Amino acid sequence: MDLFTIVFYAFALLTLVSASVVVFSKNIVRSAFSLLFTFFGVAGLYVLLMADFLAITQLMIYVGGILVLVVFGVMLTTRQINVDAKTSTVQTLPAALIAAAIGGMLAGIFLSADWKRMGTLPDTVASGPKIGEMLLTSYLLPFEIASVVLLVALIGAAMIARREKRA
Amino acid sequence: MNAFFRDVIVFLQNPGLTHFLIISALLFSMGIFAILTRRNAVMVLMGIELVLNAANINFIAFSRYTTGTFDGQVIAIFVIILAAAEAAIMLAIVLNIFQNFNTVNVDEINQLKD
Repeated sequence: MDLFTIVFYAFALLTLVSASVVVFSKNIVRSAFSLLFTFFGVAGLYVLLMADFLAITQLMIYVGGILVLVVFGVMLTTRQINVDAKTSTVQTLPAALIAAAIGGMLAGIFLSADWKRMGTLPDTVASGPKIGEMLLTSYLLPFEIASVVLLVALIGAAMIARREKRA
Repeated sequence: MNAFFRDVIVFLQNPGLTHFLIISALLFSMGIFAILTRRNAVMVLMGIELVLNAANINFIAFSRYTTGTFDGQVIAIFVIILAAAEAAIMLAIVLNIFQNFNTVNVDEINQLKD
């Protein structure tokens, strides 16, 4: 067992255990906070995959941005007066069957497929400068479109959230 | 049978592409389960985030082990950008629904006019 293996299983365990708490916990606040650890675990997996820039991006945007939005959503839409943070589930058995079928099918494909190996990323190259270079050359158009999409989402979210309830 | 277990142990001791893909498959199916069963719209959003994270793990694992280029990582950045935009819009819609219906359970919101 080398260090890579140990760290891999540690992050895999963190990710999967906290994700199952997110999915199966009845308390929505507990789910939201478990999502934090899921994102941390996924960021650790990114580091193991030589994606250091992506790992930091994951922490900054998911943990610092999206998770805060989710917690806002939880806090603003649950009734704090009678502490009703519980959420119920519907159609548990068919959904479990569908999710197990999808997961089993994907795992079977991943275990049996013989992926074409065209090369691996070198272990020593920092990904940040390379990603920046690609964003400004071959991915320039998607990059610009992403900026417009973010602007539209920002204005649209403010418009929708500010609308007053009509009398 | 002994050889089979030895193969399994060797497989478990050498994490590679397949291991990351299996983790993403498990995350994906858990996200699908959350989307299908939860009544609270915010929980559905959390399930969507799990699914997007699973897709991102796939992109980066393939970028590391099979293509050897950074294209997968760049696409993962676009996925994160769209996830941020989606979360902001979703929160705005959920707040508006809560103002109008006083609930965020997706099975009770069944009319467009209030």
